[in-house]
Amino acid sequence: MMMMMEVDARGFSCPQPALMTSRAIETLKSDDEVVILLDSETAVENCTRIAEKSGCYISACKEGGITRLRLKKP
Amino acid sequence: MSKGKKLTKALFNPIVTGTIIGVLAPLLVHFGNPPNMGICVACFERDMAGAMGLHRASVVQYFRPEIIGFVLGAFIAAIVWKEWKSRTGSAPLVRFSLGVFAMIGALVFLGCPWRALLRLAGGDLNAVIGLLGLAAGVVLGIGFLRRGFNLGRARPSMPATGLMLPVLLTAGLLLTVLVPKIGEGLAFFSSQQGPGSQHAPLLISLFIGILVGVFAQRSRFCTIGAIRDTLIIRDRRLLTGIIALVITAFATNLLLSVLTDATYFRLSFAAQPVAHSSYLWNFAGMVLAGLAFVLSGGCPGRQLFLSGEGDGDAAVFVLGMIAGAALAHNFGLAAIPDRIVEGSLITGGPALPGMVAVGLGIVFCLGVGFSCSGKYRRG
Repeated sequence: MMMMMEVDARGFSCPQPALMTSRAIETLKSDDEVVILLDSETAVENCTRIAEKSGCYISACKEGGITRLRLKKP
Repeated sequence: MSKGKKLTKALFNPIVTGTIIGVLAPLLVHFGNPPNMGICVACFERDMAGAMGLHRASVVQYFRPEIIGFVLGAFIAAIVWKEWKSRTGSAPLVRFSLGVFAMIGALVFLGCPWRALLRLAGGDLNAVIGLLGLAAGVVLGIGFLRRGFNLGRARPSMPATGLMLPVLLTAGLLLTVLVPKIGEGLAFFSSQQGPGSQHAPLLISLFIGILVGVFAQRSRFCTIGAIRDTLIIRDRRLLTGIIALVITAFATNLLLSVLTDATYFRLSFAAQPVAHSSYLWNFAGMVLAGLAFVLSGGCPGRQLFLSGEGDGDAAVFVLGMIAGAALAHNFGLAAIPDRIVEGSLITGGPALPGMVAVGLGIVFCLGVGFSCSGKYRRG
């Protein structure tokens, strides 16, 4: 059963968004997805790097200063 | 990715920022800044506290243009790349207090993390002990991060919040330029001797400050982040920046020693410039500073760059550091450098009040750590 999770990291500064992202990735099983809400470019860069290392599929969309980083475990 | 984007990505890498600081900091010494102190965020903020008369230690008073440049450079970069965002509300008073104790710790060691790296590149072996202390402080702080430590969310704020520090520092710069004479009503204090009197020409300092500010804002350069990210998320991106800083500063010091009459590298513990060789207190001071920096989210340089990009909480931390410097010098908490008197070495270090302050500071930071993490945290 595929699971969909949302992590709201808006307003947090380093290193919280990165820690929240790596914790979320750890809980993902194959085909699960997590959406991370971010409001700073620094956090988007850091979280993207962590997701890349973990081998997740990444897609991002930005709207009104908020980035929705969608990660999917292969 | 387009060619232009690739180029800016390569240019705004922490390695490039570290190299720029590593080359320009020794050059600032060449142009007049104190030895092994081309750039020191803690020392320079302390000098600014003195310039404003918040402390009256007459040898450390000067409104340092580098600090203004860091904030303005980050401000310009954040505007140009559309990242400027006014925000605040993440426990400002806690951050202020952490800033106070971070500064006390740094002034017991006699330098911020940047200066520790620059001192190392100048052959000052006390820096090794200081950096070990810094790393120990960061590791302590990471323990709290793993237990869920955080200072809460910041929220978007009106533009005035984010503009406050850049505007106030620019006003200070104008005062320095327009009212240069001591004794005239609005003039800042300015040291006639000692480290405060040693400074590069204002425009050179300001320009280098702005340049570093732009690159550091883009690359997210942070000495505390370098240790922290390596340890908790196995990300060595920032670490490469501080390694580049040490290597290039070392090379520039050697080059300047060959090209000029002055000595820029001398390997020893004792009698290094504006430094003391009291091992325990070099270590303990930086444990306190490292712990306070990691709990507040970054090294003092990074706090200036964040202030430039609109982070009101980082600006409050900066003000805390300036207040901490005032306390440190008004109550004799800062360390005294090693001195040579009639050919014999007198080892410096903090006096009893400084030692007590470091102890209290560590207890304070542990209290903040426990109360903002795990089951004690509310809201």
